[in-house]
Amino acid sequence: MSEKITGAEAMLRAIEAEGVDTIFGYPGGAIIPVFDRLYDHGSKLKHILVRHEQGATHAAQGYARVSGKTGVVIVTSGPGATNAITGISDAMMDSTPMVVIMGQVSSESLGSDAFQETDVIGITQPVTKWSHQIRSVEEIAWAVSRAFYIASTGRPGPVVLDFAKNAQNELVEWDNDYKKCKFIRSYIPYPEVKEEDVDVVAEIINAAERPLIISGHGVMIAEAEKELVAFAEKADIPVSTTLLGLSTIPTTHPLNKGMLGMHGNVAPNMATNRCDVMIAIGMRFDDRVTGDVNEFAKQAKIVHIDIDESEFNKNVKADATIHGDAKTVLEMLLPKINETKHSEWLASFEYDEELERTKVINKEVYPKEGDLKMGEVVNKVSEMAGDSAVLVTDVGQNQMMSSRYFQYGAPKGIVTSGGLGTMGFGLPAAIGAKIGAPERPVCFFVGDGGIQMTIEELGVILQYGVAVKIIILNNNFLGMVRQWQDIFYKKRYSQTPMVNPDFVTIAKAYAIPAEDVTERSQLDAAIDRMMKYEGAYVLNVKVETEGYVFPMVPAGSTMLNTILAPGEKYQPEN
Amino acid sequence: MEEKQLYTVTIFSENRVGLLNQISIIYTRRKLNIESLSVSPSSIKGIHKFTITSYSDRETIEKLVKQVEKRIGVLKSFFYTDDEIIYQEIALYKVPTSNLIEEPNLEKIIRKYNARILEMAKDYTILEKTGHPEETESLFEELKRHDIRQFVRSGRVAVTKDINEYVTMFLEERRLKKETLI
Repeated sequence: MSEKITGAEAMLRAIEAEGVDTIFGYPGGAIIPVFDRLYDHGSKLKHILVRHEQGATHAAQGYARVSGKTGVVIVTSGPGATNAITGISDAMMDSTPMVVIMGQVSSESLGSDAFQETDVIGITQPVTKWSHQIRSVEEIAWAVSRAFYIASTGRPGPVVLDFAKNAQNELVEWDNDYKKCKFIRSYIPYPEVKEEDVDVVAEIINAAERPLIISGHGVMIAEAEKELVAFAEKADIPVSTTLLGLSTIPTTHPLNKGMLGMHGNVAPNMATNRCDVMIAIGMRFDDRVTGDVNEFAKQAKIVHIDIDESEFNKNVKADATIHGDAKTVLEMLLPKINETKHSEWLASFEYDEELERTKVINKEVYPKEGDLKMGEVVNKVSEMAGDSAVLVTDVGQNQMMSSRYFQYGAPKGIVTSGGLGTMGFGLPAAIGAKIGAPERPVCFFVGDGGIQMTIEELGVILQYGVAVKIIILNNNFLGMVRQWQDIFYKKRYSQTPMVNPDFVTIAKAYAIPAEDVTERSQLDAAIDRMMKYEGAYVLNVKVETEGYVFPMVPAGSTMLNTILAPGEKYQPEN
Repeated sequence: MEEKQLYTVTIFSENRVGLLNQISIIYTRRKLNIESLSVSPSSIKGIHKFTITSYSDRETIEKLVKQVEKRIGVLKSFFYTDDEIIYQEIALYKVPTSNLIEEPNLEKIIRKYNARILEMAKDYTILEKTGHPEETESLFEELKRHDIRQFVRSGRVAVTKDINEYVTMFLEERRLKKETLI
């Protein structure tokens, strides 16, 4: 049965047909027709009214990252659109499926600098997987079906639909026979994996004496965690992860050697200098992982497995590549890999692990005296939150501390802004994550700086009762920049000390229970109260003012220049 | 660092709004200056061909081509050095007829450069030459002393020396793939 409906109604029916049930958005002049129709879609489409469009995009990211579904955002034109750009860029860098529908002035006004007009296509093309302007009502079904197909398949990413107001109001014949897009000629989301490439790689791995796996976000996106572990176990290969690859293998798995990179674990970082074969899966050799790229893993044969061909040889030259989805590739690789043991190689990690434990971890996580440490707070929260918990971080010291010391028990256990490093990402992302995975505890760590960048989103918690556990690691500093100023800029703390408001009072204004934690003796009970409370909760934890995230590989430097403590460099075994 | 040389990138795309912008953004990000650009419908219906030249090292152009190919709407992208392709550009020259008429070697010049006279009016004469940039440039130098008024060159057009037509093969692959899905 066909009927005549408006473009706004067609848009909502199309996204419903795509399986969408949650939208993060904010109304405005050029998108009113869609919000008007939304009024009658309440039973199927839950709309979360954010407090700033940037919040909508980050919330959609958090939602998408934990649920594997496409995050949907609806905002207005002009400032609504430009406010969403940070989240769109972030989603592009971190391969997050997202469809952002933006209002736009009517087609006849385009190009005339009309009120709240902005060149959305021009602005978003460099930071989206696809961006398209809908100028007529007939395009809606076509554009929406392509948008969801492009955003969610292959290497996921953000798509923008710039929805002109005339197209929202025009009438279209709608026959309720919406067809999902399955094919675009110029787009191959899942390349056919070449058997011969797998054979070459299997041979390299079978001949390896000191192989090292790097598991990245691609493993999480492909939901290939089981395949990864099976592969690592069969060939007895140590696994390191990137920041976004955390939780692709449980923290407690004996082959999990930790995180790689600037603030990664010493043992896997050093192993990049000793391994003979490096198997990089679904990762892109970011400079925060490699340090000086010319010195990175020079001795190793590098095998690069990725769904995005343009990542091959972009940052690091690979000796062999497999172009394909991580899950498909690992499934093909598994039967070709010999069952073997690498006991000696695995034992060689112990020196560095012990070194990091004594020089860094024990001091950070189990201090006996002095101010509260960030690491100990994270560790305690993680212990009480349990295996299914999701970690959401902001950016800076809080991000590195929480990603390092959180225990990951289940896949999709971390939501963080990796590529773009967006301060202010965390609070809306945590809200989105909780909505996307309501059954999992969501623990959100943030600094006193980052929380103030998107603090307005506490209003979303108030309005919808989203049970996010918020832990402010408060040192009254922009801590990570302070750390760099301390180490590399002679302690000239330019614009990093912060005078902060009373976060507990702010939280209470939003009806969120909150407490200050200033002493070690208060910590356990406070976390216990927070975790047992059914709703959102804020802990404002006063941590040492001049804390450091160590180990640290200075930017552009090599693993051997790792700093373990102020003035103390890494010393290799003998 | 490897010496920079002129690369010709050819891109086959759907005929859609905004693709040129997406492609040029990738050049801008890699700080590659576009020397010449020509865009036109290709021999395959509905498919556009871009031919872009720029000075680059091989590694950069390799990465660029992969990033171009990743954009939705781009079907295939290739890069070539000059010895892998046959290429031409066209140049037009406008010279005052009065000057040209006094040139004793006009016939010689026309013959030497294999140029054509497209129009001869009372005031001006339009010459045309196709060839490599050095050749069109060289005629320009020759005509300078005749008070040349306008000199324009087109972007490069190029065909490969390879017998395989990879775009056609790709389209056939995609057509078959589409059939399996529908």
